[in-house]
Amino acid sequence: MLGTGLLKGLAVTAKNFVGSFHDPKRYTTVEYPEQPTKLPENYRNFPFLVFDGEQPIDGLRCVACKICEAECPPQCIYIIPDRDEKGRPTKKPKVFDLDVSVCMSCQICVEVCPFDAIKMDQHFEIATADRFNGLLLHREDLAKSDAYYHSIHPTEAAQVDEILAEAKRKAEAKAKPAAPAAPAAVKPPEPPAPAV
Amino acid sequence: MTTAFTPTPSGAHVRAVHDPFHGDLLEISMGPHHPSTHGVFRMMVTLDGENVVKLKPVFGYLHRNHEKLGENTSYLGSMPYTDRLDYFCSMTNNWAYALAVEKLAGQPVPERAEYLRVILAELTRLLNHTCLAGFLLQDTGASGTPLMYAFREREKILDLFEALSGSRMMCNYQRFGGCRIDATPAWLAAVRGIVDGYGAFLDEYEELITGNEILLARTQNVGVLSPALAVSAGITGPMLRAAGVDYDLRKVDGYGLYPRFDFRVPLGAHGDTYDRYMVRMLEMRESIGILRQALAAIPDGPIMDPKAKIRGFRPKPGEAYGRIEGPKGEIGFYLISDGTPNPYRYRVRPPSLINLTVLEDLCLGHTLADAVIILGSIDIVLGEVDR
Repeated sequence: MLGTGLLKGLAVTAKNFVGSFHDPKRYTTVEYPEQPTKLPENYRNFPFLVFDGEQPIDGLRCVACKICEAECPPQCIYIIPDRDEKGRPTKKPKVFDLDVSVCMSCQICVEVCPFDAIKMDQHFEIATADRFNGLLLHREDLAKSDAYYHSIHPTEAAQVDEILAEAKRKAEAKAKPAAPAAPAAVKPPEPPAPAV
Repeated sequence: MTTAFTPTPSGAHVRAVHDPFHGDLLEISMGPHHPSTHGVFRMMVTLDGENVVKLKPVFGYLHRNHEKLGENTSYLGSMPYTDRLDYFCSMTNNWAYALAVEKLAGQPVPERAEYLRVILAELTRLLNHTCLAGFLLQDTGASGTPLMYAFREREKILDLFEALSGSRMMCNYQRFGGCRIDATPAWLAAVRGIVDGYGAFLDEYEELITGNEILLARTQNVGVLSPALAVSAGITGPMLRAAGVDYDLRKVDGYGLYPRFDFRVPLGAHGDTYDRYMVRMLEMRESIGILRQALAAIPDGPIMDPKAKIRGFRPKPGEAYGRIEGPKGEIGFYLISDGTPNPYRYRVRPPSLINLTVLEDLCLGHTLADAVIILGSIDIVLGEVDR
């Protein structure tokens, strides 16, 4: 009969309309600024720099190796390595600028960083009236503590801590046999600790 | 007076241009920002009364130099740009590109990663076809309701993508030799929940729309694409299958793990707009079947080949073409390597652009309002058309 399809469709609409007043599963609207949703752990926004300890700038893990600058597809990272009075590199960034108006949040800087120094943030409310300087983040704005990193990506941060501890153990194991070997071979180097 | 009437399949008539009694033809520029053009796309439509006698597509407003960028960026650096081709289907774009590079470098992929790719590609297909059904109804004038139903379901899949890859639409998830982040059991359980509920949504949506007399009147026999034209124009995807040509790369190429899954390829009989809509609805049901099989069989194991390189990736000189069956058609990447970190040539075969080439053939003789539906049923994304 002509019109049956129409009536069927209207019945579906009516069912949804009535249901929207009774079924809590259908309350889909979240009143955002007052009531923020919980972001998934993997959610990523713009990058930030992790620092260990209390001092944001001195504790930066970044060694200004410029790998992220080279790999960044839209080229939004700009680094100048710091040098001491004699002109030797101090393995710290003097300038670390990130233009978030160019950044496309692709996470490639995070993947290529060998020092786990740059990570993805979850802070997205960065709207500003100044489209040039307001969106150019300097190392002071980018430096965030390891504790903050743990609070936004707990699982990933725990894995990173394990990797860093493992690297430290390896570095120490490597340094140990070299140091005592020079005066006299007092005792053989200890076998490296088991991985887990 | 010349009255050369040319009957078309719909029964509409195209009148000869020189007609002193009916005056001049009317040329309308639809777009580049007309809401029904699905993006920054412009149709120069020549109308006789209400019927289209000539249609000239104008595109390129969203040109971003994608292929040249790909030649100046490292292999890994192009991966996030592929998200921005067809921004509804970033997962399948990623896969096609990863497949091309893996072919180029001879890189194997672990089994779990292949399963994840299939799961994500089929979720993308659900997402894309759901959106298409919503937008098509929007184009016919059903403003709001069906689109909101579709977007409600799309939101659930986007939440899954966000939980896995960190981003709703710009996933940047696949890597050469695997995937970036492993799926947790909780995530897989969430996918199972959505897949189990999706059949009910499709039933509801079909009850809402499929039998609707107005939809039937607007879409049946509108924009008929003949199989011969479809094949000679290089049309792929649901549009080709709606014309009745049995060609699905998942069956033809058998890439990934698709030979392991049991699914059917829905075919249309008339090639009209309604068939294009219906083929997609049926494909979604097949996708649900594939997802069920994949979720039941996904093994544990690594998601990344241990020999895969993230940084300093330099494949040997050579060329490769990787293609998969994307939701819109065959999405392919053609790469030539000269041994440097950047590809020598990086070429994209976008399904939307090639499917769009028959737009004028489909629209001739139909009314202007029908041209809008026909464009909607072709399913284009301008990010991919213009690149």
